[in-house]
Amino acid sequence: MKSTQNTPAFSSTRRTLLKMTAVAACTGLFTIPGVATADDHKVDSIHFLIPGGAGGGWDGTARGTGEALKKSGLVETVSFQNLSGGGGGKAIAHLIETAKQQQGTLMVNSTPIVVRSLMGVFPQSFRDLTPVAATIADYAALVVRNDSKYTHWDQIVEDFRSNPRKVKVAGGSSRGSLDHLVPAAAIKEEGLDPRALRYIAYDAGGKAMAGLLSGEADILSTGLGEALEMSKAGQVRILAITAPERVKDAPDVPTLKEMGNNTVFANWRGFFGAPGLSSEKAEQYAKVLSDMYNTEAWETVRSRNGWVNVYKPTTEFTQFLEQQEAQVGSLMRELGFLK
Amino acid sequence: MLDGILTGLSTAIMPMNLLMVFVGCFVGTFIGMLPGLGPISAIALMIPITYGLEPSTGIILMAGVYYGAIFGGSTSSILINAPGCSSTVVTAFDGYPMAQKGQAGKALALAAYASFTGGTLSAFFLLVAAPALASVSLSFQSSDYFALMVLGLTAVAAFSGKGQVLKAMLMTVLGLMISTVGTDRSSGVERFTFGSIDLMDGISFLLLAMATFALAEVVMAVLKRDHMKEEENETDTSNLGSMKVTREEVKEVAPTAIRSSVLGFIVGVLPGAGATIAAFLAYGMERNLASVKEKLKFGTGSLRGLVAPEAANNASSSGSFVPLLTLGIPGSGTTAIMLGALIAYGIQPGPRMMVDNPDVFWSVIVSMYFGNIVLLILNLPLIPYISKLLMIPRTVLVPMILFFAITGVYLVSFNTFDIYMMVFFCIAAIGLRMLNFPMAPLLLGFVLGGLMEDNLRRALLISDGSLSFLWERPITAGIMAVTIIVLIAPIAQNFLQKQRSQKEAMTGSSRS
Repeated sequence: MKSTQNTPAFSSTRRTLLKMTAVAACTGLFTIPGVATADDHKVDSIHFLIPGGAGGGWDGTARGTGEALKKSGLVETVSFQNLSGGGGGKAIAHLIETAKQQQGTLMVNSTPIVVRSLMGVFPQSFRDLTPVAATIADYAALVVRNDSKYTHWDQIVEDFRSNPRKVKVAGGSSRGSLDHLVPAAAIKEEGLDPRALRYIAYDAGGKAMAGLLSGEADILSTGLGEALEMSKAGQVRILAITAPERVKDAPDVPTLKEMGNNTVFANWRGFFGAPGLSSEKAEQYAKVLSDMYNTEAWETVRSRNGWVNVYKPTTEFTQFLEQQEAQVGSLMRELGFLK
Repeated sequence: MLDGILTGLSTAIMPMNLLMVFVGCFVGTFIGMLPGLGPISAIALMIPITYGLEPSTGIILMAGVYYGAIFGGSTSSILINAPGCSSTVVTAFDGYPMAQKGQAGKALALAAYASFTGGTLSAFFLLVAAPALASVSLSFQSSDYFALMVLGLTAVAAFSGKGQVLKAMLMTVLGLMISTVGTDRSSGVERFTFGSIDLMDGISFLLLAMATFALAEVVMAVLKRDHMKEEENETDTSNLGSMKVTREEVKEVAPTAIRSSVLGFIVGVLPGAGATIAAFLAYGMERNLASVKEKLKFGTGSLRGLVAPEAANNASSSGSFVPLLTLGIPGSGTTAIMLGALIAYGIQPGPRMMVDNPDVFWSVIVSMYFGNIVLLILNLPLIPYISKLLMIPRTVLVPMILFFAITGVYLVSFNTFDIYMMVFFCIAAIGLRMLNFPMAPLLLGFVLGGLMEDNLRRALLISDGSLSFLWERPITAGIMAVTIIVLIAPIAQNFLQKQRSQKEAMTGSSRS
């Protein structure tokens, strides 16, 4: 069955939207435009554009961020709008087309914006938008069953070398997605052919996990946050993660780097403004997001979701995106996804 | 374990928790009745409320909303042919014809009893065997799911009336074809999207069901207005509210309800299937088991055809708590949200949840008993009033159905393209219906097709392209064997019958 995703709490969204329009109307009536933004660098309201349906990762990030910003009083009004379709392409196109009215909008996105624009899923890329800041990151993780014979990455490489068909990696999304690219990158790092990797695609992380536990696959490729939850249930262990060094939330989990494989990969989530957003305004948004880290409200949301704080504002964010585009691009060329 | 159950019982009967069972069931039934808005929407609405509650109370509330929505979803399927949620699509196949015959009250009552049976039986299974069932969840691999979907496809026979076999087959194939639209997971390649980003994620089952059933139904009603006026006036005023089920009828459907509950529960326990599949499978199974005479009734208002999917989808929704609670694996979007909620509470579902949080684990299961009783009490007295919905003048009802059907689909994706797509499918469906093509096989092919392909591709990838998985795994081989029997049995039966009648004819002729 195709995804029948859920709807969000639309009534509250509508209410905030109404409130927003009311606030906007008041501002228009009683203040001279320009004065309000000139005297203080506070952001009054943010409208979050979510390129997917409710319940997904993007939705959780935007709503969690919005909740923290509002509760901590950093921003007075937040509103949300879901616009799914085309793997996020629909929302990007919308943001570009209506850029002039979208100066108060932040669109949430993550690593797939880089992957999908490389693949030509949508014609735009992050360059057509105004990168504001990356706020959280999730490293990739390789997970095995508790009773798996694999205890070290080298054993996987050895098995792969003797017969690549024997090593089966499960993942919760389609071929060419991050779950596939990460193990492929690690194999490539060993000087082996990443195209020979057997990647078994499931339609959701939970089903991929069931595939691992039922013995269909030997390794599960997923995000660290999800992997930690799974390992807490006591049926699987995390073999390695793609962080540059061990992370605070999982001090016992080794990195691929320690195991002699230099694959480092972070799936970031962050926010973009409409094209033509002034750098001043972008800085203000980035500042608000950085102020958010030290609030209690954010800590609640963060720990509830197991997110890792990673802050990369404006120019740094753009540089990082360029870097990632090069990294992912060369891998995808090798895998035959790009010509 | 007994200790745990007792803890669960004492938690479940706390006034606050009983209240939440009631609230959950009420909200769930209500949202479920609205065409298109299913359990996921209902649960998503509840999430902000649950943050402030105790873990067991919150999960009890969400569980109540979940099975309440599936319970309530049948109402709109039966009354206006607009499925309340995807798992009650099958209910419309026989429920709506019953309502058209003026048996709306009876259909609603039967659906309520069937749902109650499914929910209560599976709550019982959960109580006695939840931990042991975890291994069942994990025993199914891709090849087994593939075999199960093939078995499910044999149900196409259930949708083909006399002389309709070829048309039903064609519609199944069309459904299979539509299911290939979108990104192919196993290769990452887009298929039949014509470069449109809106088609990249494929077509949703609910959209297809709403367009071909709800929308097409109301448009047909408008188109055929003049012909139908006379008969309609007769049926509308006749025994609309009669919800009495005779003793013979109970006798007829009781085995169906029990069989379908068991099947639905098992399918629910499998993380790769779900309530919609369970309903389709139960409907097909019941049709295959029915006598030749009874078979013809399917699709025209068969009691068994109504009871089977209703019992199965409710049993399946309870069954899906097995992988969720004992393994931490969500089998559907709805249970994925509940998993998120549990984790937010700091509870890790998995093999140790029974030990670490016995109160939450068992109280949810125990609360399902109360929930099903509440649902029955809540729904039965309402039936006479709800079925009056049919008395609403068409000029009001038609726009209302259009409104709910379209908003229901739109609220899932927030993509206006989906609305255009609905209109497209609706027009296509009207054309096909006018030519007497049945719509149900289309949905069957669509819902099973996607899963069948994905699982076959995985099975082939795992077995290195060899078809050996078909006989190497006992479960796969077993299901395939059943499939073959199901396909051959009617032919063999026909053959034997012919021989017998020939013999009779011969003896008859010799006697005369």
